Amino acid sequence: MSDKILEMKNITKRYPGVVALDNVSFSVKNKTIHALVGENGAGKSTLMKVLSGVITSGNYEGDIYYKNEHCEFKTIKESENLGIAIIHQELALVPYLSIRENIFLGHEHSKFGVNDVYKMREEAIEVLKRVGLSRMPETIVSDLSVAEQQLVEIAKALTKHIELLVLDEPTSALNENESNQLLNLLLEFKKEGLTSILISHKLSEVIKVCDAFTILRDGAVVETLYRGIDEVTEGRIVQGMVGRSFANNYYPPRDSDIGDVVLKVEDWNVFSTAEDKQIIKDVSFDVKRGEVVGIAGLMGAGRTELAMSIFGYREGQKASGKIYKNQELIQNNNISMAVKNGFAYISEDRKVYGLIQMSTIKDNMTLVNLKSVSNNGRINFDKEINEVNTLIEQLVIRCTGHEQVVETLSGGNQQKVALAKWIFSDADIILLDEPTRGIDVGAKYEIFSIINQLAESGKTILMISSELPELLGMCDRIYLMTQGKIIGCVDAEDATQETIMAQLI
Amino acid sequence: MNKLNIKGSNLKNFKKYGMILTLVAIIIFFQILTGGSLLKPLNIANIVQQNSYILILSTAMLLVIIRGTVDLSVGSICAFIGGVAAMLLVQKQLPLGPVILFLLLLGAVIGAWNGFWIAYVGVPPFIVTLASQLIFRGLAIIVLDGQTIGPFPNQLRAVSSSFLPGIWVNSIDLLSLFVGLALIAFILLSRVFARRKSKKYGIPVRKLWIEFVEALFIIIFIGFLIFSFATFQGIPSVLVLLGILIIIFSFLTTKTTVGRRIYAVGGNDKVAMLSGIDTKKYTFMIFVTMGFIASVAGLVYAGRLNAGSPKAGVGFELDSIAACYIGGASASGGIGTIAGTMIGGLIMGILNNGMSIIGVAVDWQQVIKGLVLLLAVAFDLMSNKKKQ
Repeated sequence: MSDKILEMKNITKRYPGVVALDNVSFSVKNKTIHALVGENGAGKSTLMKVLSGVITSGNYEGDIYYKNEHCEFKTIKESENLGIAIIHQELALVPYLSIRENIFLGHEHSKFGVNDVYKMREEAIEVLKRVGLSRMPETIVSDLSVAEQQLVEIAKALTKHIELLVLDEPTSALNENESNQLLNLLLEFKKEGLTSILISHKLSEVIKVCDAFTILRDGAVVETLYRGIDEVTEGRIVQGMVGRSFANNYYPPRDSDIGDVVLKVEDWNVFSTAEDKQIIKDVSFDVKRGEVVGIAGLMGAGRTELAMSIFGYREGQKASGKIYKNQELIQNNNISMAVKNGFAYISEDRKVYGLIQMSTIKDNMTLVNLKSVSNNGRINFDKEINEVNTLIEQLVIRCTGHEQVVETLSGGNQQKVALAKWIFSDADIILLDEPTRGIDVGAKYEIFSIINQLAESGKTILMISSELPELLGMCDRIYLMTQGKIIGCVDAEDATQETIMAQLI
Repeated sequence: MNKLNIKGSNLKNFKKYGMILTLVAIIIFFQILTGGSLLKPLNIANIVQQNSYILILSTAMLLVIIRGTVDLSVGSICAFIGGVAAMLLVQKQLPLGPVILFLLLLGAVIGAWNGFWIAYVGVPPFIVTLASQLIFRGLAIIVLDGQTIGPFPNQLRAVSSSFLPGIWVNSIDLLSLFVGLALIAFILLSRVFARRKSKKYGIPVRKLWIEFVEALFIIIFIGFLIFSFATFQGIPSVLVLLGILIIIFSFLTTKTTVGRRIYAVGGNDKVAMLSGIDTKKYTFMIFVTMGFIASVAGLVYAGRLNAGSPKAGVGFELDSIAACYIGGASASGGIGTIAGTMIGGLIMGILNNGMSIIGVAVDWQQVIKGLVLLLAVAFDLMSNKKKQ
């Protein structure tokens, strides 16, 4: 028997006008962890759709061999029955059902149509132990953290007796600590004989755990590297992904004059009336003109809550404390006031909190500051379009024009629209929450460049990120936050990931 | 990306023209079945007057739908306003002017009642307005003591059932002709300017022949209305009221900051809130507007019935909501136009009228209207799915 569990040969998938996969050959060795990397739109998801049977046989060219058998999947169920499971980036759990009910959804143990709850419970406890989740099987899924939900997904896959597990961006919503746990779990499974395919943007993680690396670009395989045979570095993979090299430094340099303190927050406390607990405790910090200051912390440390409460968000929470802008005490009691005071908040969740997906680029960009392009409530379309076109050019937003609907833009371009929206609002204090989440490598670089330009033009920038290398690469100073408190501040130049993590945990 | 977008706009066009084609098909269908009665000048005036109050309601209902909410209480509000009008005008013999002002204000206050619970307390709109449907239907019956009370002063009746005086020469109304031609000229010119502007900013414009076909359609449509009015009794007064409302609401939704923000709040209220828009205030004001317009429609309908009736306005909310949906508004909010809504309202109105003329029983009329609504929204959903 060959040591390859999966071989996909010369897969080509055409959409009208686009070749999504161009003669892709991809093979995975048994009992290994194989990384599949590439920018958004490189064809990773399409390839996995072919593998799982979402794209049914006949709708693509090429052959799939699973355990040396030629396969033609017509449904997801068929691939699942052979032992292939895919866990998608967007978790597919029913929030109001329990862990057990979710795990066995669609393949319940039952006698004469009556669910055998006890048998399922026992099996659930066993599989939860395997994935290292110490929760009762009756816990409702919506009460779990994202990391825990991810584990439930994996547990669900395990009960189906799978041999090939595909994880699509499993750690994108997890913090460092949780990610490490998940990756260790994969290594554990490997010992037990499970093969995994890991799709991820976080190259450091991929390099840490994977045995082989296939790099896709524009629907074609650039190269496949094997640990121990090839020299595997982040630089080489990035170069393969984007087709050009970032001269040593992945983070563009910034040349800004750091001025006086612009934003100063003192004794900031936030009490959540919804959860009946204090979520921010006595937080004080300051940010200077032209400075990029980071906030590092684990998920649940209260970083987003801190930023949003300073931005005047008060739904289900009360805030107290002092905010100074240029030494002057100001009130940000609601978002309108914060906007008037020159604040901007760019959310980590573009779909829900960032942009109106069904609206055009133009309508999104001018939403905050519509007044500046209208007279007495009547919009001056000439002026509006001119302003929007200028911003599209300035930030190099790739689109068919200002009338393109935001939904159809890539993540990176969407984020640029979000940035443009607040640049247009003339905000001078910009709160960035995970500005590069879900954005591919090439676009990240562009977003970083825009952030630098903003700082250079004298804006004051506070940046939240779960990716420590990003904070270290972009920030002047980094505040460390745990459990709603700020426990220290480090100079980015002297700090390392290790020293920061040691303080956060 | 490019490809996808063009495909999307094709579908959007198809949807828009699909609606107009449906309207034309229904007109032709009933024109044949009624042996030509449908498009007789008398019946045209009838269609306008019969549907005016639904179309009036639909203007504000569109805002409610764009907001992603719904108002089930407008029919009951119409009945209540009609009832109070009967009490004040018929029983108490109070002067018309102040009473109308009071009733319009009362409508706005009722809308504020709905808006308060929805925007500031957070009760789902479906529940709030369902409660109001019951409350104001009940109050209408109480105010009228369960009876139909009339007749109203002539001026109130005139709004809904009379015609503008006109300038008559050889039994042709020159006023109708003049107004109609001015309207055609205005619409065509504004389209030419809009097209020029789009070209100037590099916005893709439609093919020229499509513009011509659309222009032709507008000329035929308005031309036919003019002809009908000019040879019958002139312009129905209620059309003036409706026209003013259409202009106001079109302007509001397409050209103003307030309109843009209503679409934003409906498209995604969280994003709107985080952009510094007071989403609660907007929601509240939309319902105030709806209450005000419901009062206008209530008065027009009362005038047409020439009485306040406890049964007035039953089902109005559903007809006006249906007009919005058939006209392309999205049930989840953020999408919809006044022009589409008016076409949607006309489709429903002509279905009603045509079926009545050929003698389809009221029960079957309901069945058919229900099916039309279902198909319209299903088509909308399917075309959206294809887009993804």
